[in-house]
Amino acid sequence: MILILAAIALQVLGGTLALAFSKRPTLAGKVCAGALLAGSASGLPAALGALAGGGSELVSLPWSVPYGSLSVGLDALSALFLLPVFLVTPLAALYGVGYLKGAEGRRPVGASWFFYGILCASMAGVVVARNGVLFLVCWEIMSLASYFLVTFEDDDEGVRDAGWTYLGATHLGTAFLLVFFGLVARSCGTLDFDRLGALAQAGPGFASTLFVLALVGFGTKAGLAPFHVWLPEAHPAAPSHVSAVMSGVMLKVGLYGLFRTLVILGPGSSWWGWLLVALGLASALLGALYAMAQSDMKRLLAYSSVENVGIVALAAGLGCLGGAAGHPGLAALGFAAALLHVLNHSLFKSLLFMGAGSVAHGAGTRVLDRLGGLLKRMRWTGSAFLLGSAAAVALPPLNGFAGEFLLYLGAFSASTTERAALAVPSLLAIVGLALAGGFAAAAFLKAFGGAFLGEPRTGAASGAHESPALMLWPLGILAVACAAVGLGAPWIAGWISTAVGQLAGLDPGAVEMSMERAVVVLSRMTLGGALFAVGVLLLALLRRALLRSRPVGHGPTWDCGYVAPTARMQYTPSSFVQPLVDLFAPFTGVRREGQAVKGLFPVPGALRTETPDRLWQGIYRPFFRTTSGVVQRLRFLQQGRVQIYILYIAVALLALLLWRLR
Amino acid sequence: MSAAPAVAALVLELALAPLLLGLVVRTKAFFAGRKGAPVTQPYRDISKLLRKGAVFSRTTTWLFGAGPVVSLAALLAGALLVPSGKVPALLSFSGDFLLLAYLLAAARFFTVAAALDTGSSFEGMGGSREAQFSALGEPALLVCMAVLARATGSLSLSSIYPSLGPAWVQVGAELVLVAAALAVVLLAENSRIPVDDPTTHLELTMIHEVMVLDHSGPDLAMIEYGRALKLWILGALVAGVALPPTPWGLWADLLLFVVAQGILAVAVGAVESSMARLRLVRVPELLVGAGVLACLSFILMVG
Repeated sequence: MILILAAIALQVLGGTLALAFSKRPTLAGKVCAGALLAGSASGLPAALGALAGGGSELVSLPWSVPYGSLSVGLDALSALFLLPVFLVTPLAALYGVGYLKGAEGRRPVGASWFFYGILCASMAGVVVARNGVLFLVCWEIMSLASYFLVTFEDDDEGVRDAGWTYLGATHLGTAFLLVFFGLVARSCGTLDFDRLGALAQAGPGFASTLFVLALVGFGTKAGLAPFHVWLPEAHPAAPSHVSAVMSGVMLKVGLYGLFRTLVILGPGSSWWGWLLVALGLASALLGALYAMAQSDMKRLLAYSSVENVGIVALAAGLGCLGGAAGHPGLAALGFAAALLHVLNHSLFKSLLFMGAGSVAHGAGTRVLDRLGGLLKRMRWTGSAFLLGSAAAVALPPLNGFAGEFLLYLGAFSASTTERAALAVPSLLAIVGLALAGGFAAAAFLKAFGGAFLGEPRTGAASGAHESPALMLWPLGILAVACAAVGLGAPWIAGWISTAVGQLAGLDPGAVEMSMERAVVVLSRMTLGGALFAVGVLLLALLRRALLRSRPVGHGPTWDCGYVAPTARMQYTPSSFVQPLVDLFAPFTGVRREGQAVKGLFPVPGALRTETPDRLWQGIYRPFFRTTSGVVQRLRFLQQGRVQIYILYIAVALLALLLWRLR
Repeated sequence: MSAAPAVAALVLELALAPLLLGLVVRTKAFFAGRKGAPVTQPYRDISKLLRKGAVFSRTTTWLFGAGPVVSLAALLAGALLVPSGKVPALLSFSGDFLLLAYLLAAARFFTVAAALDTGSSFEGMGGSREAQFSALGEPALLVCMAVLARATGSLSLSSIYPSLGPAWVQVGAELVLVAAALAVVLLAENSRIPVDDPTTHLELTMIHEVMVLDHSGPDLAMIEYGRALKLWILGALVAGVALPPTPWGLWADLLLFVVAQGILAVAVGAVESSMARLRLVRVPELLVGAGVLACLSFILMVG
């Protein structure tokens, strides 16, 4: 525990020192990254120990806060969510030092590093907080720090808008959490997490109210549909190392809140599971579908995060259903899949965001239809991005597959039970996951193929350059981590079994046994994956040996005998996904403008495609427009004079007093 | 139980897979009233390609060469997982069909990526179609597996297929639906009529063939052999559903399975000879239809 607190202190120190050095931005970044590395060196072993060891610690500091004491703690669940914080944030910081070089002198780089350090510390703080007030304070610091990081390029109107959307969304979510903790405090008289046992006796209606409040509040932060609309705005707007941390780590902190709520509330009624399954499926399918339709690389990745958060929620929903129905196998596999996927997504998504950042850095644009041919120009970035994409579409033997495999395995094992109440959601999960997987494959083939393969479509792409080593190393380390977690999945599944037991809330022995069985299955699955990897290696050697002594020629790509092909004649990334996007047009709401070329002879033509988020267009925007229309009428209240506000306070107090005396 | 039948099954799988392609072509020739190439023609093609050099497009990168390598490795790993009728596979565990499905996905991912690497508009178009159809085919395949798992109460291919015999008595109608859905998946995954025409001569209308236009020499040999293996693997999933157990033990089961694979190849050839290709916009309907069929049989079993 003390090591974790030291790590948090180092993170704060790094941020503060960076602010002190803000006159020398490069140094500020290096100092911050160094402090974060030191923090991780201290925190990572402690978190791993707590994860595998399964002990639980609680430290109450002698400092009184409303509704309890200032207490922090470390158990298997917290330790698991600390891993992304300690693994990803220092790597993203190293990357950021290189990434922000171009902004030095033009923008407040030092301040940005300050907020970065604070963001890391607050995320770790949320995860170890064991008191509602401390939790909310850290939560709010996290939201504000990330807001300032998102709006780093604040001279861009789009970035400012994205910042506002994010600030609004995150505070709407926090409002639900305030109500949540308010209700808890009223019912239990305390907000110390270890003394909330009274909630179990509070009746199913009250517990369900709390669950729904938590689901909306934490779901907003995690980017669960239909509360995801801020995410595709905010993540692309932020600098890439910040997007990597927001997608890779901060979304997970939102999920942590949801999981902690499940632990506190205990096993609930089965409709919680159904609700999680429904929202998870909606997120996974809509996220993947929208990801496919995006033409901005980072926006595509942001929607893919929505998809992956949906997969985690789907897995947790199956776990809840298993818990409610007393099916330890499904409970164990569902929650194990959810937790494993949390870790996996943090690794490959931060890798992909940093890869996209390198593309923006090297080629000057993130629009896929203007890129192409970058694998030749950015060999290492491209290879790492390919590996991240393969992990994201769950190709064996990489880490993405291990998590989805457990989820499928849970669903398949539940689909063979007699109980229709388990078989039907399992079938839905299987169909939804397979369909989302197909969409994700198309999306990542579009992203990787569009940016890195073929011929460059514009001058910017053909003049692209590889990133400096400082930006490449983090990519390489994360790529190795993706492969290592994939091949080490059986061991990691063994480590997370304590946290799974915390969540499943059934007979610990039965859950433990299911986990042991899952580990055996995983080890055989990993053997198959490893054989595949060995096969790739052997065949590559064979191919090289065969080609060594043969004549190898080089020529143009076969183009049906056409004599003057140009790069503009390549299949564009947009056309690559057009059949699928059109097939699901009722959901994507794709819009096309422009006129087609008619007649026999070439004439100018134009085409513009757009896939705006239907939830944003259809629900949120009208709602906020109406709200701001109503609120406009109350503007006369805001006079901007201190005396007036004091008057308001006095009137409010007087009114409350009168109400009390009634 | 000794592993000898399983090893023999794997050897037969690796050795006889190209024969299936030869049988399909021979059947088509028979229907067309031609003599046709000998059934061993695919072996000759592959060995000749292996002895050749290669020509690469100047647009391509290392990924272009990785495409066939990864695809073939994925299919070889998949071959380890597929039972041969009643004969279990060498590697089996709960959920092995998931690994198989995702190995097929890996093969597809790298084939499409290699196609995009050439920068050709034709190959991009083929890749786009492949991505679309596989996104619809994969749910159908997995739901079929869910039905088979529910019918037999087991989660591994090597225990599902041997125990399908008794299941036919209880849920025969559902299994017929699943066999039909699996057959559609087989035709789509192997780029066969009515989804794709492997012998078409116009790049604009191809799906799979257009993605490998630029490959030559050993790369093309790997692709051809991979194609044969894929037909064998998916054929095993279809044929295994229909196979009755023999009373003479595993070796006889294995023989029966090989014969069944041959019959399946002839059937594929007959389908190709007797129907035209669907218009591309109609293919999704066929694939979604297969998925719905599989879901229907699952619901029948739950209800």
